[in-house]
Amino acid sequence: MTQVAVAEGLFTWPAEEPQLVGSKCADCGITTFPVQDSCPRCASTAMEEHLLARRGTLWAWTTQSFPPPAPPYVGPTGKDFVPFGVGFVDLGEVKVEARLTTTDPEVLNAAVKDRTALELVFLPVGTDGDGNEVVSFAFAPAESAAPTEES
Amino acid sequence: MSMDVAIVGVGLHPFGRHPGVSGIQMGAVAIRKALADAGVAWKDIEFAFGGSYEVDNPDAVVALMGLTGIPFTDVYNGCATAASALTQAANTIRLGEHRLGIAVGMDKHPPGAFSADPRDYACPLWYGEVGEFLTTKFFGMKINKYMLDHDISHQTLARVVNKNLRNGALNENAFRRKPMAEEQILESPMLNYPLTQYMFCSPDEGAAAVVLCPAEDAHKYTDNPVYLRATTLRTRRLGAFEVHSTWLPEEESVGPTVDASRAAYEMAGIGPEDVDVIQLQDTDAGAEIIHLAENGFCADGDQERIYAEGETEIGGRLPVNTDGGLIANGEPIGASGLRQIHEIVLQLRGQAGERQVPNSPKVGYTQLYGAPGTAGVSILTV
Repeated sequence: MTQVAVAEGLFTWPAEEPQLVGSKCADCGITTFPVQDSCPRCASTAMEEHLLARRGTLWAWTTQSFPPPAPPYVGPTGKDFVPFGVGFVDLGEVKVEARLTTTDPEVLNAAVKDRTALELVFLPVGTDGDGNEVVSFAFAPAESAAPTEES
Repeated sequence: MSMDVAIVGVGLHPFGRHPGVSGIQMGAVAIRKALADAGVAWKDIEFAFGGSYEVDNPDAVVALMGLTGIPFTDVYNGCATAASALTQAANTIRLGEHRLGIAVGMDKHPPGAFSADPRDYACPLWYGEVGEFLTTKFFGMKINKYMLDHDISHQTLARVVNKNLRNGALNENAFRRKPMAEEQILESPMLNYPLTQYMFCSPDEGAAAVVLCPAEDAHKYTDNPVYLRATTLRTRRLGAFEVHSTWLPEEESVGPTVDASRAAYEMAGIGPEDVDVIQLQDTDAGAEIIHLAENGFCADGDQERIYAEGETEIGGRLPVNTDGGLIANGEPIGASGLRQIHEIVLQLRGQAGERQVPNSPKVGYTQLYGAPGTAGVSILTV
């Protein structure tokens, strides 16, 4: 099955170490995700593309335990639906909302409290109208549970 | 200083499911009840504001009430729609443009969660495609963080629902009138952790209306006017943790409820310690808990003790959602905020029957909140 990104310009997948693409205001320095062409803090239009860190810490989370309305949702619905986690991951200069690869409250609460690292991953989230597999981003507990040392 | 505005009539079409009755028809029922309550006729009404999500033209209600040619303005402002209709109606009187008007809200939602196109909320389409464009998910995330930060238990979430359903059982206009044990609430299916099925309100159907006039005219219509001392609306500022955000900045700021609340207290010259009866937006059990603090009624974290000790009960120190709130009444968006006003007016008049707050409450408070980060607050006094 052909894999396609859920949106163009959202991330650099399928690069070897793909990153999320945000923007940074040349005037006030705020970072947004995804790219936007005007600054939500100072209203400047001098926004520049800016690649975001691949590791961060969990700031808030919940689970999506019932199928979201489709459309727009492209994932499996009905009895094929698989619950997923959702959270805000703090990347140091911006918090991004992302799907999480686990729904385990113990793991996720511990990730918030202990500030253990989460790592950017890419996974299929559904299929589009042409039968392509839609790929999007998520965060997973990092293999080494050390706090974020990168970025 | 702005002129005081009085509420001299309130009316409500029961909330719930009403097959075969249109939103407009429910609006007309609420208007007739409010007119009867004020002792005025439709032909006496000089202007109107109408709010709805599902009904494109609430002003079409004039076909059922009478084609008197009055200015009738429709408003839609998400979950704060009714607060906007009320604010605009009150401001019209404050401007001296008219002396007797009505604010009406009506809605008729199909069952199930709201669904929309993310792009209509300034969100990218992919946000919906990956399954993140849901209000309930935000509510789960917000209260889950709040519970971690301030040591609030799952039991307290269940206590909110249990209380509001017991209050709803005392309200003949409520949608859900059957009390439920805390265990059953906690054990119902998890929708968005930590929120279970019975911890959310449902979109439903209903209408509410209020008749307003300048305070100096109030005694022409009623012996027990209620004065609208403040109405405020605010939207989110950068750094507030709000629904439908793909990202948040590192800086954090308070939510729009805090801004609307502070402005309302200032406008009314009244503090939270003076309030006797409270209506808060309980879209979910967690929202009521957070809003209790955001509106100045307690410090963050105190809710654990406050709910355990029954302080938010009808006979408690901080009676919250005495008519059952959104959890028992559901949320017909256009009408929801005027239902809150309806309940406060009954309470301040001493007409709330079995759910009457004791010792003649003098000051009432309402708060509405919704996507994408809009809040409305009103303060009412006798």
